[in-house]
Amino acid sequence: MSWHVHLPALVIAVPLLGAFIAPVASMLGKVARNFWLVGVSALTALLSVLLWQQVLTSGTAIYVMGAEAFNLSLPSGMSLPIRIILEVDAFSAFMAVVGSIAAFAGALFSTNYMERFSGLDKFAALYFLLTTGMLGMVLTGDLFNFFVFLEIASVASFGLVAFWRDRPEAIEASFKYMVVSTIGAMMILIAIAFLYGRYNAVSMAAVANALRLGYAEKIALVFLIIALAMKCGTVPMHMWTPDAYTEAPAGVTCLLIAVSQASLYGLFRVCFSIYGASLGSAVVPWTIIILGVLSMFIGVSMAVVQKEIKRLMAYHSVSQIGYMLLGLGVGLLALSDPQAMADYGFTAMKGGIYHLINYTMYKGLLFLTAGALYYAAGSRNLNDLGGLARTMPYTTFMFVIAAAAIAGLPPFNGFVSKLLIYESTFAVYPILSIMALVTSVLTLASFVKVFQTAFLGPAKAKLAQVKEVPPGMLLGMSVLTIVIIGLTLFPTWSLSNLVEPAAKALVNQAGYISAVIGGGL
Amino acid sequence: MYSLSVIVRTICDVFAWFLAVFGVYVIIHGHLTPGGGFQGGAVVATLFAFLLVAYGGKKFIPFYKSSLFSWFETVGLLLFIGTGLVGLGTTFFYNFLAGQGGLFGSTVPIGPNSGVLNSSGTIALMNMAVGVEVIGGLSLILYYMFKGIRLYEESGSEETGHDR
Repeated sequence: MSWHVHLPALVIAVPLLGAFIAPVASMLGKVARNFWLVGVSALTALLSVLLWQQVLTSGTAIYVMGAEAFNLSLPSGMSLPIRIILEVDAFSAFMAVVGSIAAFAGALFSTNYMERFSGLDKFAALYFLLTTGMLGMVLTGDLFNFFVFLEIASVASFGLVAFWRDRPEAIEASFKYMVVSTIGAMMILIAIAFLYGRYNAVSMAAVANALRLGYAEKIALVFLIIALAMKCGTVPMHMWTPDAYTEAPAGVTCLLIAVSQASLYGLFRVCFSIYGASLGSAVVPWTIIILGVLSMFIGVSMAVVQKEIKRLMAYHSVSQIGYMLLGLGVGLLALSDPQAMADYGFTAMKGGIYHLINYTMYKGLLFLTAGALYYAAGSRNLNDLGGLARTMPYTTFMFVIAAAAIAGLPPFNGFVSKLLIYESTFAVYPILSIMALVTSVLTLASFVKVFQTAFLGPAKAKLAQVKEVPPGMLLGMSVLTIVIIGLTLFPTWSLSNLVEPAAKALVNQAGYISAVIGGGL
Repeated sequence: MYSLSVIVRTICDVFAWFLAVFGVYVIIHGHLTPGGGFQGGAVVATLFAFLLVAYGGKKFIPFYKSSLFSWFETVGLLLFIGTGLVGLGTTFFYNFLAGQGGLFGSTVPIGPNSGVLNSSGTIALMNMAVGVEVIGGLSLILYYMFKGIRLYEESGSEETGHDR
């Protein structure tokens, strides 16, 4: 038995250990703390990549915590799984890789970005806890455990959003997020209670295996969809995102993006793997598609008018979430019809999932460049900035790449995923892809505005002293830049190796169930 | 916050220690009776709330060593995850002490019985870890909240940290 079987547990245990040792490491001084912050994040990312490789070569991995063997999901002839089970299929592993890369970049960026402030031992501990929560959400195969990790991530992010606690805005943002996400978490808990009451199980695979759509299941589904859509910031429930993303330190915002993706993962895990084919009608897919279109359009139209750079980007993240909801919603619509799935559904899902990794990378990078601007120039207001391309060439270069990717300009990775979404949603209803195109144009417009006002134009006398940001921040940004360039140069490789296994795993409900239940009840 | 009357302080002197002992009881009987690490830890942390209310901040703040309780927090967490990691030879969180004899691993006789205290293996160890962590964490929350309401009275200046 090689140590690889322990990878699902290690991916969660390593950042958790990192969080608990962070106060001790901080006592040894600044260098030890930074080393710990970056080292553990790098190790987590490495373990996630290994896990992803293992899942691709040997299929869905399960891990039973505390059992006599790692794959003993049904001990002594029981018919329902009893222990805490981690279930990692290709989609989960893909999410873990995406999230841990964003966490690594954010940690690297934070070493220099946060060095002016006190309380960094708490910062490191909370940062690792947030990473743990995010990775736990995507790796777990247990509904209640999902709730626990969701709460770990939420509580850590309340602390991190309010890290600059002498800013009243930060306290307000954190409090708003706390109220909204606690209501969401309670709704998830009620939904889990409904499912537990009906099926005596909280394991996702066991619930999925026994599920017959009735009133209780429908109520649970509504609660889960509303709460998880709120956690990832779709439009009617998006009001916490601009505040929280704006006020959190930039490295944390990069990680918060990954955490919102973990909520999106939960939404699709519930829709595809738990309810799956038994959804029956088209109501749920259309709800998700309409939420997606609303998010895209309202998010971007709010973003165009913003003057504060991080707030503008936060509204863009609302609009980008819409693309993924649209792509995967169309996939869900086609789920019960093999012909439709082959025609456009699978392409839409590939587009949605590819957009998910693209979005996490370029949006994380955009927030990091916004943080770099703030660090160097001391302002987040676009009216105060100008002509920074001369003094901050590296930051400018990376901003241009990220902005081109988010706007979907042809060579970049954002273009590939958006094209897949346009093509496939056109087959369902042309208006959907028209809305997506308009959103893309408006995105381009607002990033041209940011680029023009912040980086081009005459140098301002006030900004004469501005220097390029320190190497730690540049390294953090370049990690994400390298990933974006990689995805841009090798779209075929990433589609067939990264995205397609994930999309197949999401569609394959029977495979998800049988990995835990075995031959079925 | 000033200290309360001599009656309250005397009652606190008498009963506070029972509170602590009861909390420890709840922690170490976590696997047999209702409660466990978190609940017992919360009961013990109530001791500090009791002392703060009865004796007032002037006496409580010098008495309460916040660095010690920070260590409680860290040690509790490390003990918890350490116990999980040691089980990694089989699986993460594997109960490697159960049924092995010794302090934590005695076996339970078959049939009706009132429960064997030292039979649960790592579960008791983890309950203690959580208990220690919660004692540290909850009393620190109490301490910082009390200091928070005193902040502007004592320091007179605003907090510093973020440079805006």
